Formats: sequence, C-alpha cells, structure tokens
Amino acid sequence: MSIAAKEAGARQDSDVVLRYLRPHVKFPNMWCPGCGNGVVATSLIRAIDKLGIPRDNVVLVSGIGCSSRMPVYLDFQALHTTHGRALAFATGVKFSRPDLKVIVITGDGDCLSIGGNHLIHACRRNIDITTILINNYIYGMTGGQTSPTTPAGAHATTTPFGNTEKQFEACDLARGAGASFIARTTVYHTTQMDRLIMEAIQHRGFSLVEVISNCHTYYGRLNRVGQATQLLRMFQEKASTQPKDPNMVDEDSKDMIQTGIIHRDTEKTELCDEYQKLTDSLAKGKSS
Amino acid sequence: MPPGKRQLVMGNMACMRGAIYAGMRFYAGYPITPSTEIAEGCARELPKLGGRFIQMEDEIASISAVIGAAVAGSKAMTATSGPGYSLMQENIGYAYMIEAPCVVVNVQRGGPSTGLPTKVSQSDTMQVRWGTHGDYTAIAVAPSTVEDTFTETIRAFNLAERFRTPVTILLDEVIGHMQEMVSFPEPGECEVVDRTRPTCVPSAYMAYGPTKNCVNPMPVYGQGYRWYATGLTHDGYGFPTDKPDEVVGKLDKLRNKIEHYESEICKVRAEYMDDAEIVLVSYGSVSRTALQVAKLARGAGVKVGFIQLQTVWPFPLKQLRELLGNAKHVIVAELNMGQIVGEVERIVQSGTRVHSLLRYDGDIFTPMQFLAKIEEVRK
Amino acid sequence: MNNSSSVIEPKTRPIRKSKIDYSQGPAPVSVNPAWCKACNICVALCPQGVLEPDAEGKPVVAHADNCIQCGACWAHCPDFAITSNYK
Repeated sequence: MSIAAKEAGARQDSDVVLRYLRPHVKFPNMWCPGCGNGVVATSLIRAIDKLGIPRDNVVLVSGIGCSSRMPVYLDFQALHTTHGRALAFATGVKFSRPDLKVIVITGDGDCLSIGGNHLIHACRRNIDITTILINNYIYGMTGGQTSPTTPAGAHATTTPFGNTEKQFEACDLARGAGASFIARTTVYHTTQMDRLIMEAIQHRGFSLVEVISNCHTYYGRLNRVGQATQLLRMFQEKASTQPKDPNMVDEDSKDMIQTGIIHRDTEKTELCDEYQKLTDSLAKGKSS
Repeated sequence: MPPGKRQLVMGNMACMRGAIYAGMRFYAGYPITPSTEIAEGCARELPKLGGRFIQMEDEIASISAVIGAAVAGSKAMTATSGPGYSLMQENIGYAYMIEAPCVVVNVQRGGPSTGLPTKVSQSDTMQVRWGTHGDYTAIAVAPSTVEDTFTETIRAFNLAERFRTPVTILLDEVIGHMQEMVSFPEPGECEVVDRTRPTCVPSAYMAYGPTKNCVNPMPVYGQGYRWYATGLTHDGYGFPTDKPDEVVGKLDKLRNKIEHYESEICKVRAEYMDDAEIVLVSYGSVSRTALQVAKLARGAGVKVGFIQLQTVWPFPLKQLRELLGNAKHVIVAELNMGQIVGEVERIVQSGTRVHSLLRYDGDIFTPMQFLAKIEEVRK
Repeated sequence: MNNSSSVIEPKTRPIRKSKIDYSQGPAPVSVNPAWCKACNICVALCPQGVLEPDAEGKPVVAHADNCIQCGACWAHCPDFAITSNYK
C-alpha cells in the first residue's frame, strides 16, 4: 500500500463531515479546487466527532483570510472576526467562559503578520485555546502577496523579483513565546492531522497545530511548483517526524518539514485555571 | 464602598462601580492615562465577584476580548483614552456589524497624538461619531459629575444591551480624576436592562432575522442556538452576502434600530430655560461651569438658559430644536476647536445666531470666559 | 483548473485486487458532482487507481474491484464531495 493508503487507514465513517455542516449554508465551499482548507475542516470534524465534544460547547473563532472562511461551513458557534484578531477575540470568549472549547482557525498572514502580537501573548498566557494555523506560505484571499512564512527567494505578487526577506518558523515563535503544545503536520498527512488536532484539543493550555497547506492558485503558480497534487507530493516527500538535523546540508534536506508533536509541556499552568483559583480563594476568604 | 452612604469617590471609580452595578463582570483593557484607574479598580473588584479582569497586550486586543466575552454571554467593557480609542475603531465597527453589546469608556485627554496625557479635552467627540469606517450610527453618553458618571455608566450598559450595539461613555480627565461626595443606590434601585434571549426552537432561530424593533434576541453560547457572526455584511442567517437588497437591509436595520428609538436614547438636561434669550449648550465637564454661569447671569437679571447634552450621539436634534425655538443666541461651549457647534447650527431657526466658545489649551473654562462671551453676544 | 493525473509520477506499489466484492453491492465510493470541483487530488492519491477523471475532469469509479476502502480519497477531498458506500 502506498504511504497515502497506510496513512489514511480505517477511521470513522467517510461521511462524518456531512453531519457537521451548518444548515442553510450554500455549498460547495468557496475555496479554490484542491485547496487544503477543506481537508483541514474535515480533519477538524473527525477530531471533534471522535472526542465526542458536544457541538454547543465548541466555538470556532477565525480572522480574515481563506482559511478563516471555514467556520461558516461548520455547525458550531462561530466568530469570523477582524484580520489578525482571532486570538484576542478567542481570549475573551475562553476567559469569560472556560467551559467552552475554543478553537481558532487562522492562516499564516492572519496569525503571524498582523496577528503576531496576539499570538505571542496568547502563548505567553498559556490560555486553553487550540489554534489551527493553516500555513500556505502566501496571502491567498487577496491574491498572492508575500507572507511572513514565504521562503526567501520565493515569488509572490509583492515579491516579483523573489522574496528578499526571510521567513520565520511559526512553531519556533510559539515555543519561544511559551505555548505548551506545538505540533506540525501537512494537508497530505490526514491521519496524523486528525490525531494531532485531537491531542491539541485535549491539551490543557495553549496548543498550536501548524498545518502546511497547498495554495497552488498563487504560491504553486507563481513559483512554478505546479498543481495541488504536486504540492501534496512535495509535502509527502519533505515531511518527516525526525527533527531537522542541523548538519544535514544536502540540497533536498534543506527545506525539510518536521511534523508530529514538536513540543509538549503538561506541567505549565493554564490561565483560566489560575484565575479560577484566585476567584475561588477570594470567595472563600470573604465567606470564612 | 457600601452603597447608600455618602463617600468621596473618584470619577473613574464611579464609572467602575456603575458598570458593576449594571452587571458588568468582564473587563479587558490596557493602561492609558487618564483611564487607568478604571482598569486598576476592575482588577481588584471583579475577581471578588467571580468576574474576570484581564490586561491585554494592546487596545485592539482589549476591545477584541471584550466583544468575545460579550458574544459569549457577559456584560463586558474596556476603558481607554484618545490614542487607545483610535486603535479600537475597526473592532467597534465589528461590534456594530455583528450587533454585540459592549461599553467603551473614553476618558478624553489633550490630542491629537500623544497630546496632553494629563490634561482635559473633548476633542474626540467627532471621532466617537465617525471614527470607525463605513456608515455607522454611534451611541455616546457624557456625564458631567461623579454621581452622573455612575448613573450614566448604568445607562450606557442598558443602551448597549437594549440595542445590541457598542456604546461609548465620553468622560474626560477632569471628571475621571476629580472626587466628589457620592451616595450609591442600593442594588435594585436603578433599572438594569439585559439583552433579550431567544425563546424559539433552536432550529428555527435566525441570528439576524426580521424583528419588530430591529433588535434580535441574543443567545448565550452553549444552549443549542449555534450562530455565525461575521464582520462581512450578512443576511438574515448571518451568512456573508453582497446582494444589494440584503446589504441595504442590513445597514438600514443597524441604523433604524437606533434612530427610530432616539426618544429612548437622547437625554438632555435643561435649566433656566423659560424666556431665555441666550442659551448655553455644552456637555461633559464644561456643563459644570456653564450651569454655574447660567445661575450667576440669572441672578444678575440676564436671561441665560442652560442645556446639557447627556446623550451626545445620536445628537438630540428633536429636543434641541424645541428648546432653542425662540432663543436669540446660542453659545456652544466646548473644550476643542469646535466639533459639536456644527450640529447645533444645522437645527436652529434662521433667527437664532450660534456662537462658539472654545478652549483647547488643556485647561477648563472659567466662569469669566463665559460671562465675557455673554457680554460680547448681547451687544 | 483540472489537471490530468499523468503529471504525477507512477504509483510506487503494484495494484492488487481488493478483497471486497463489489459486484452485488453499490460502487465503492460515491462522488457528489455538485460539490466536486475536479481538483483530481483523489484520482492522484488513490493507491489502487480506482478513480479516473471523466470528460469534465470529475472522478468516476473506473476499477471498482481495486478499491480497498483505504480512505485516501475521502480523507483528502477538500469539498466533502466523496464518500464511501461501505464505511
């Protein structure tokens, strides 16, 4: 069996996603044919369904961008907020209602560029929010501009001569800022994605799952990497659960993608838990 | 500070107490002079009440967290000053579009830019009205005393809950930092309004469907009414649309739900108005001086009237048109370079002359400045 | 937007017959043509070459008896357009 078959394996019903689509919404979804966002949506549904989380307890919060258009299609509470601010809105939802399962759907531009400040502070606070950062290395919604993850030298409509800037790694950024669960996968590795999203949702604290996704409409075309399937093949080849070996210098290992759980800290206390201890003690103090 | 007993209270503290009285249990903010005491007060009081206080990374995050909490079921607020209020504009527009009830306190200071952080000003008045992009209908209240600040904060929350929209409380450095003797009402004495909840079967719930007064019942997250809120212009279900009639429908609804009920919102205080020839129009801390001047002038036999705009937006056109019906002169006094005066000019009859009394050096008016202006106008 | 699957290098593993007998029952998978955007990811990723693009580029089951219900197609469909009739 090819890797795809082994990866896919036997899982829940093939139509589980159809049971979680929001009523009255017009389908098919608005993404380009072959866009990875739909795959992430399906994987998120499988994870939530498998964990048995009631729909009423799930709040999807998204910003602006292709990936942020996901919540309208899924039958949960949803906040499609302003560009870059999903995590700040999600903090308000979670901090006021810790009983809710808050999941942020965001993209590389939304989360790492305009939303970068809110990402690092959400990580610092270690608030129990699961963030699915769909990284397609470019701004898709606005037509292919460069993003903080666009590789040096890569082409985008705002780097017509090749990107003169350097990209940063979202997972390294989150690690430095204090996130207590960090994982990466790609839209090719759907079984791994299901599992990592489940682990992230169950993790108590800030969890980031970076999903490398294909934007063949802009990134693929502007960099002549080809159609959706070529990008998926590239993810298949480039991904490895082994950490990057710094002294591997040969050409094709340079842009290797490390997948799987990159960091997990189950000791770090969570913001809502800590504040609840405070309010409990104040209440007890007053009554004793 | 137990209610009922008269105590010396700071304006910013009265604002916090009023918010708590109104049921506010979520504050997200960022320190900025001259509003920071409100944040500090909430940091102390809210956890005692089982509420939540969080200092966010910036003002954009603060208003975002407030709206997130509001949509999740809380009464939520933030407090800031000019620079922070500027940063909040986009999300105030978002709260307006998704119809999320929340309160933003703007303790105004000298502007523009960093301006005069510790000095009084009313130079954000037009920003409150037009700050966010797009066609927007603002609600803003402006107290002029510490006691007013308490009651107007309750009113601000009631308006936000009643109309499901962001409401701005226009304070300034003088009212925010001054202290006055205040006695707070007992719980239950002042009316507190809560947002309406849906009662229909969840499957029949339309987040933005047609309603009698254009205000939709708002569910609490987690009780079966799953709804989608987006800043994109949306249809009755809340789904993005660009169909012309649906776009107009949504924008008209957002405006009409406020403008058709101005009688419930616009509050004006008038004193010494019978047969007044010269009327002083003001709002916020300036009204303190103007009222004193009207009293002095009446004492000296000069027919001076006093009108205070306790609701600045929507501008109380109807009340002012009636009150200024037979006034010869109207003096609009503001601590800025003339922002509300234009609104007054638009509604007075041809026979009435409107004069602008301005001060924008960071200090408050003296009664003498008013009296000099009254003399100048009477000639 | 649809591309032919020939661009992808050949499958790494020889195709073998599936243990499931589809002759009596429904087709292994069903495609919702209204939602399918002919991106051909399913065609390319199917390890057993079951699917092939029709005139419009949308996948049809060409070799039903090769289907081993591995799920590569419905796991990678971005438009919720393909489901199994056996799982």
